[in-house]
Amino acid sequence: MKEIRLHGRGGQGSVTAAEMIAVAAFEDKRFSQAFPAFGVERRGAPVMAFARIADKPIRIRSQIYEPDYVIVQDVTLLDVVDVAGGLKPTGKIIINTDRPCEALKLKTDAEVITIDATKIAMEILKRPIVNTTMLGAFCGASKEVGLESLNKAISERFKGELGKKNLLAIKAAFERVS
Amino acid sequence: MSEKTANRKVVEGSYAVAHAVMCCRPDVISAYPITPQTHIVENLSQMVADGELDSEFLTVDSEFSALSVLIGSSACGARTYSSTTSQGLALMYEVLYNVSGMRIPVVMNVANRALGAPLNIWNDQQDAMGARDAGWLQIYVEDVQEAVDATLQAYKIAEDAQIRTPIMVCMDGFILTHVYEPVELLDKEKAREFLPDYKPADILDPAHPKTFGAFADPSTYTEFRYQQFEAQLKALDKIEKVAREFEETFGRYYGGLLDSYFVEDAEIVIVTLGSVIGTIKDAIDAMRSEGKKVGLLKVRSYRPFPVQALRKALKDASVIAVIEKDVAIGGEAGLVTDLKASLYNSNIRMPIIGFTAGLGGRDITIKDIRKIVAKAEAARKSIETEFQFLDLRTEIL
Repeated sequence: MKEIRLHGRGGQGSVTAAEMIAVAAFEDKRFSQAFPAFGVERRGAPVMAFARIADKPIRIRSQIYEPDYVIVQDVTLLDVVDVAGGLKPTGKIIINTDRPCEALKLKTDAEVITIDATKIAMEILKRPIVNTTMLGAFCGASKEVGLESLNKAISERFKGELGKKNLLAIKAAFERVS
Repeated sequence: MSEKTANRKVVEGSYAVAHAVMCCRPDVISAYPITPQTHIVENLSQMVADGELDSEFLTVDSEFSALSVLIGSSACGARTYSSTTSQGLALMYEVLYNVSGMRIPVVMNVANRALGAPLNIWNDQQDAMGARDAGWLQIYVEDVQEAVDATLQAYKIAEDAQIRTPIMVCMDGFILTHVYEPVELLDKEKAREFLPDYKPADILDPAHPKTFGAFADPSTYTEFRYQQFEAQLKALDKIEKVAREFEETFGRYYGGLLDSYFVEDAEIVIVTLGSVIGTIKDAIDAMRSEGKKVGLLKVRSYRPFPVQALRKALKDASVIAVIEKDVAIGGEAGLVTDLKASLYNSNIRMPIIGFTAGLGGRDITIKDIRKIVAKAEAARKSIETEFQFLDLRTEIL
C-alpha cells in the first residue's frame, strides 16, 4: 500500500486532488481511498488531505503519519507546518516552488522534487490554482497512477475547455518531472 | 484487482448514502443540515430538484420539526427519511420517543459526531449512544458500502408489520461521510424488487378515523412499552433474515446482528462497532502474524442488543476488550455496560475491560489497538480490568 499526504491551504483544491488520485488509481484497477484531515474549513488556512492506493481492499481508517509521498501545494506552508514529518526515507516530497531544493532546507532523507506549478498554472489556466498541475507532477514523479487514468479522472470532473486546459497543465508538469 | 463497472465507482460516502436513499424511494424527506451530515441532504435535495427522485423534500426550521414532519407524513402512509447528527439528534430527543412510541418506521442516517460543550464537529458516537433507550433500532456500519446496503435493509426491517419500529443507521461522521472509496451503488430496479412500496395496514384516514399515540393512562401504558420491547426482540430475527435476503439479491453480507473476524480460536476478543473495525482488522492481521491469538467481534445491531448471539460468540474467549467512541459519564460506556450485563446471567466468565477512545475525533491508530491488546493480556492476570480512557493526554490535564 502506498500512502500520500497532501498539504495546501483552504481553497487550493487539496481535497479534490486527493479524490482525483483515488479515482485515477481505481481507473488503474487498483483499490483506493481519499479523505480530508477533517477541520473547520477556512479559506487560506493550512489543510491536509490523504490518499491510499493498494492492490487489495483498503480497510485502515486512521490518518497517515508515515507517507510514501507528500505533495505541498504552497511553499509558504514550510514555515508553519512540518510537511516532511514522518515521510519515509525512501519516499518523495513534491513541492510547488520557484526556489531550488537546497534553498528549502527540508529536514528529510527522502527525495525532494521542486516544480514551479504556479508558473505552469498561470501560463495555461491563467489562474494560480495548482492542484491539477501538482497531480501531473505526482504522476510523473511517482508513477503510482497512470497518466491516462489521471487524465480520465480530471476530464470527468472538469468538463469542456477547463478540462482540456487542466490536461495541458498536467502534461507540462508530468514532462517536467519525468 | 478492483473492477470498475457501471455502478461501481469511487464516490464520497455521503453521495453513496444519498443514492441509496433515492433507491428506497421515500415519499417524504425532511432534514436540517448539520456538519458532517450536510452532504447527504445536499445530495438528496439536488436529486429531488433534478427530478431524479420523486419525493417531497420539506425544509424546516430545526431537527425537532424535521422529525415531527415525518410523524405526520408516515402516519398518513408515506415512506419517510431523515438524517442528522450530534446536537441535531439531541434536539430531536423528545420526538425520538414520539416516533418510536407511535410505531412510525422512520429511517434515519446518523452521521455520528461528538456533542458539545465544548463545541466539537468531529466524530465519535456519544450522540447515537445517548439515544439508545429511545425505542429505535440502531445499526452501526463499518464502511461506505455497508452504509449503503444497511440503508436499504433498514426500510425492510423498520416497515415490517411485525416490527414497525424506527431505525437509525449509524455511520461515523467525516470518516465515512467524507471518504472517497470504491462503492457499488445500488441498482434501482433490484432495490425496488428487494423493497416494494410501503403499504401500511394502519394509517390516518378521515374516512376511517383513528388516532396514533394519543393517551395511555396507568392501566395501559406498560403494555404499549411491552409491545415495543417485544417488537425489538422480533427484530433480532428480522435483521438477520433481511441481511441474508440482501445477500441473495446483491451478493454482500456483513453479518446480521454480529460479524466476526478470527474469533473462533481467539484468546483475546476485541468487541466494537463502527468504522474503527477496518483499522482493527489490519492490526489483527499484523498481530496474528506475530502469533497473538486476537479476534474481533463487530456489533452491527446495537438495538436490539443481541444477547444470545454475543453469549454464543464469546463463550470461548479468555479476555474481552471493548473499545467504543462514547462515554457514559458517571458510569462506564454503552457497549461495555450492555455486554457485561448480557453475560452475567450466563455461565460465561472472563475479564472484560472497557476502553473509551476516539472522542471528539481523536484518531485511533494501529498502535492504539496494540495498546489495547497489551492491556487485555495483562487483564488476564486481573492486573487492571476497570474501565479506562485509552488515549488520554495526561500531559495536558
